[in-house]
Amino acid sequence: MLYARLIASRLFKAVVVLFLIIIFNFFLIQMAPGDPAAILAGEAGATDAEFLRQLTERFGLDQPLHVQLWRYVSGVATLDFGFSYRQQVPVLDLILERLPATLLLTGTAFVLSLVLGIVAGSLAAARVKKPSGSVIMALALVFYATPLFWVALMAVVLFSVYLEWLPAYGMYTVGAGHVGLAMALDVGKHLILPATTLALFFMAIYTRMTRASMLEAAQQDFVKTARAKGLSPRVIQRRHVLRNALLPIITLAGLQAGQMVGGAILTETVFAWPGIGRLMYEALQQRDYNLLLGIFFFSAALVIVFNIVTDLVYRLADPRIKEGS
Amino acid sequence: MKTPLAIAITAAALTATYALAEEPKEGGVIDTIIQPEPPGLVLGMIQNAPTRTVAGNIYEGLLRYSTDLEPMPQLAESWEVSDDGRTWTFHLRENVSWHDGEPFTAEDVVFSADVFHRELNPSARAVLQHVESIEALDDYTVAFTLKEPFGPFLISFEAGTFTMVPKHIYEGTEFRDNEANNHPIGTGPFKFENWDRGTVIQLVKNEDYYEEDLPYLDGINWHIIPDGASRAVAYENGTVDVLPYGTVENFDIPRLTEMDNTCVTEHGNEYFSPFAMLWMNNREGPTADKRFRQAVMYAMDREFARNVLWNGLGKVPLGAFGSNAKFQNDDLAPFDHDPERARELLDEMGYDGEEVRLLPLPYGETWTRWAEAVQQNLKEVGINVRTEATDVGGWNQRLGDWDYDLAFTYLYQYGDPALGISRTYLSNNIQKGSPWNNVEGYENPKVDELFNQAATAHPDEKREALYHDVQEILQEDVPVGWLLELGFPTIYRCDVKNLVTSGVGVNDGFKDAWLDR
Repeated sequence: MLYARLIASRLFKAVVVLFLIIIFNFFLIQMAPGDPAAILAGEAGATDAEFLRQLTERFGLDQPLHVQLWRYVSGVATLDFGFSYRQQVPVLDLILERLPATLLLTGTAFVLSLVLGIVAGSLAAARVKKPSGSVIMALALVFYATPLFWVALMAVVLFSVYLEWLPAYGMYTVGAGHVGLAMALDVGKHLILPATTLALFFMAIYTRMTRASMLEAAQQDFVKTARAKGLSPRVIQRRHVLRNALLPIITLAGLQAGQMVGGAILTETVFAWPGIGRLMYEALQQRDYNLLLGIFFFSAALVIVFNIVTDLVYRLADPRIKEGS
Repeated sequence: MKTPLAIAITAAALTATYALAEEPKEGGVIDTIIQPEPPGLVLGMIQNAPTRTVAGNIYEGLLRYSTDLEPMPQLAESWEVSDDGRTWTFHLRENVSWHDGEPFTAEDVVFSADVFHRELNPSARAVLQHVESIEALDDYTVAFTLKEPFGPFLISFEAGTFTMVPKHIYEGTEFRDNEANNHPIGTGPFKFENWDRGTVIQLVKNEDYYEEDLPYLDGINWHIIPDGASRAVAYENGTVDVLPYGTVENFDIPRLTEMDNTCVTEHGNEYFSPFAMLWMNNREGPTADKRFRQAVMYAMDREFARNVLWNGLGKVPLGAFGSNAKFQNDDLAPFDHDPERARELLDEMGYDGEEVRLLPLPYGETWTRWAEAVQQNLKEVGINVRTEATDVGGWNQRLGDWDYDLAFTYLYQYGDPALGISRTYLSNNIQKGSPWNNVEGYENPKVDELFNQAATAHPDEKREALYHDVQEILQEDVPVGWLLELGFPTIYRCDVKNLVTSGVGVNDGFKDAWLDR
């Protein structure tokens, strides 16, 4: 009951925020230099005044700004995100076509980084004065500090070019005609390199954060009490230390989850993964305003959704947190 | 200077001649790359490079062109011109059908040219303004009557520019919103099969193709890989067999061409013959003085740019007319690299060191490096240059608004000065908003007159004399800087045979290609 009211009030706020974001994005994009009609004409390599006129008129770019804004906002209200200027396809179709690929990639990376990060961090905290603990932390530092695109390229050189174990790019083997399980395995194989690359950075952060907050929690009085009660170190670590150390990690996980739609541009580009990140980058290059606004909308919506989810998870992890406090 | 790569190309050309003697094998699918992903595949509606490259296998024109730019039959079997040069009659092949089984007839030609292209296609429109009427004399004969003789008429029927589209699908519809645009229907050797956006475009063999035994391949997969390094890897690890022009960064080309079983050709570029230029703003600032522009030409070391940045591929042009253009005037004085002469010219005009802004072309590493090289050359003679980098959108806008001093670009030549060259210099082509017309703002009534007369002069000897005159004026005025005729190589495995068989290269090359495996 309490949850229902909470979610309802959060959803209402979310709609207001989304509306403001739509308007803000609309003006932000208008400020970028470069007119979509000119870019489209430019791409064609040949143009005349008639061609430019046709394009501008077709996209409604000859209308005053407030008319364009009104058209856009009233469209979005009915889930009509308009046409992509460049691809001549409804924006919603393009996004829905690409969204699953991105969610699969970033979702896998999310789970991978969270699970491995927490496990590695806990191990490092438990072995704080041992060499094995230092090795984990050293690795985490390396992955934290290394640029993602470089890791991606090196992974391709090692695993695809030299060892030939894993495919270098794409989401499935073109022309292989796999179906069912074979297709799933094929996609899985293609997923390994990009998902791992994308996961490494966040995994490093989770490792460092888990270790730090576990060491801090271990100093607390209730841990001393637990120890005095004679609980086994393993149980203390899991039930008392880790659980109390989880809150900052949930915060960070919420942030990472919010980045899911747009956060994989680089990985998607290097590995030719057909996701939203690439679509967004291309849309920006082409000044494909409608498409770009559509992607912004979906990213913003997802960030808001994950904010709400994070709040709920907080309450599950720590019942002391209540509305308003 | 002959670089190793140039020698490798000569060797590849020899191998290609041998290949013709072999017996072609049937079957196999070629994996290749398209970069960037095309916006759509309906030629005639979209004319950008990636669309031409993929859809050139689906759609056809009336003619194709050899690597010497001689017309060859395609949908038209033969053609003739009346004595006054005004009426062109095309005899069409009789056994051609569209991919949906409907027959291709003269009505389709009339519809494509007179209705579809007149409405949608700026390149075709430039030719069609010289056309008075188009008539179907019978099912397989079409007559074009021109307002006056138009020199480049016969070279303007290339599939990408003057595509034949099916009348039965488009007539009476809103062309751009036609459902059929998602499943293009042409007459070409390959049919559209599937487009998985962001991943691959798949074409399959047209079993009912009108030419006996063609095509040999079962299909073509056009992979979409956005990252340059990943595209090189795709070739290295054997996923793709053909790298069309522009698919890998220039610095990767020498490395890839040294791989086993790898051939490379510079042919297949002749029709477009991309010409890199330096826009120079003729309206204001130091660049408005022709002595400054001449100084820029003397200051630039174009041989260096070709040998180092472009791997020795391409040709340093003499002047405004590229080597593949007709009617080149060979008597012009060349602009050799001569910094001393450049400094003299700058002194003579009293150049005070005013800063000029240079816009590189945002098309990748090579262009960035090239801008740096030119900046260095210009600084050597005392020209104060500031580079202003933009993205593609910004570059388009700045040029369209004439907000620049110097800027890189490249333009297609389309096989005839009246199609690809005059547009850069004609004063009625000065229109704000486009980065591809007379952007530099050059106005010279004599040049206008000569170009306009030459386009419609008849026969060719008269055209030649006029074009020779105009080249002399341009060589003196230097409205733009002539940088390099780009040599875009196609890299492929040597067991892909007969890949480049025309002046548009891979754009229709897969028609004749076969795999020796």
